[in-house]
Amino acid sequence: MSDLSIEERVKRIIVNQLNVNEEQVVPTAHFLNDLGADSLDTVELVMAFEEEFKAELQGKEIPETDAEKLMTVGDINAYITSKM
Amino acid sequence: MQRSRLANSYKFLHFDRFVFPMKLTFENRIALVTGAGRGIGRAIAEHLAAEGAMVICVSKNADSCGAVADAINQSGGKAQALAVDVADKVAVAAACEALLTEHTCIDILVNNAGITKDNLLIRMSEEDWDLVLTTNLSSVFYWTKGLIRPMTKKRFGRIINISSVVGLIGNAGQANYAAAKAGLLGYTKTLAREFASRAITANVVAPGFTATDMTAGLSPEVMEMAKKTIPLGRMGEAADIARIVTYLASEESGYITGQVFSVDGGMVM
Repeated sequence: MSDLSIEERVKRIIVNQLNVNEEQVVPTAHFLNDLGADSLDTVELVMAFEEEFKAELQGKEIPETDAEKLMTVGDINAYITSKM
Repeated sequence: MQRSRLANSYKFLHFDRFVFPMKLTFENRIALVTGAGRGIGRAIAEHLAAEGAMVICVSKNADSCGAVADAINQSGGKAQALAVDVADKVAVAAACEALLTEHTCIDILVNNAGITKDNLLIRMSEEDWDLVLTTNLSSVFYWTKGLIRPMTKKRFGRIINISSVVGLIGNAGQANYAAAKAGLLGYTKTLAREFASRAITANVVAPGFTATDMTAGLSPEVMEMAKKTIPLGRMGEAADIARIVTYLASEESGYITGQVFSVDGGMVM
């Protein structure tokens, strides 16, 4: 269990995966339009979130239909929170 | 001293940087070869293992992949046997999941498994069409889906799909086989484009007439006719195919992707 908040853990993953600065990772930031991700990056991001939030997601994968709607930093924060 | 002797032995070459003798790199690489129980697949598994890769030998029959894995292990290589019917998508998905729990990443995927159910189109049954398409084409999709994710993460991957000269030029009596083998070309080129940004390469090797169990069933007359269409005048050996597959699976082939390599004695030019 991590002491960091959901938002902080999400930010850390995005910074690592997309090689962006922390300041860029604001809730309204769009992965494709603002953070320079390509479509494969978004798939890898979802995989990284599944791994980080295994406990919160009860070990389940994020279904494709949900994953394609998660386009901003805020979307991810809200999604993980909603699953807890 | 050492360097000048080297330079002398290559006196016709001007080195402006270090040139390394070609030695293929397979350090800590794990490869999976389907249809590894015999023929071309067996030769591929043996060649990859001889270069130092750990090889997972897949075949439908547990005895045949087991025998190949045993032979590799006994000769100092590293291999594991895995009995799966590649046409069974549920079984393939389960096998991939189990493999990735054990190994984290399969670096090299060689889709070689294939069957024939020949007949003239007029006499070809829908079952034989479906069976060949599923075993020779859909199975490749199942394996790739099951193993690609860790490759994208690792920023390394080698996918080699074994097609056939028949996929390039067609062959009377093999509409199903030709369709599946031609399908692999478009499939592989698409993978090459989708995953290039992750340094994963995807290529096709298209063997011609190769001496294996699959071609052993052909009549002597058909064999003689076939040889006349081969400029080099002989059938290929499984090792002829295995050598290029091994190169394409190595670290050194990283700038080659989306290509089709015919290894057929010159049948298709």
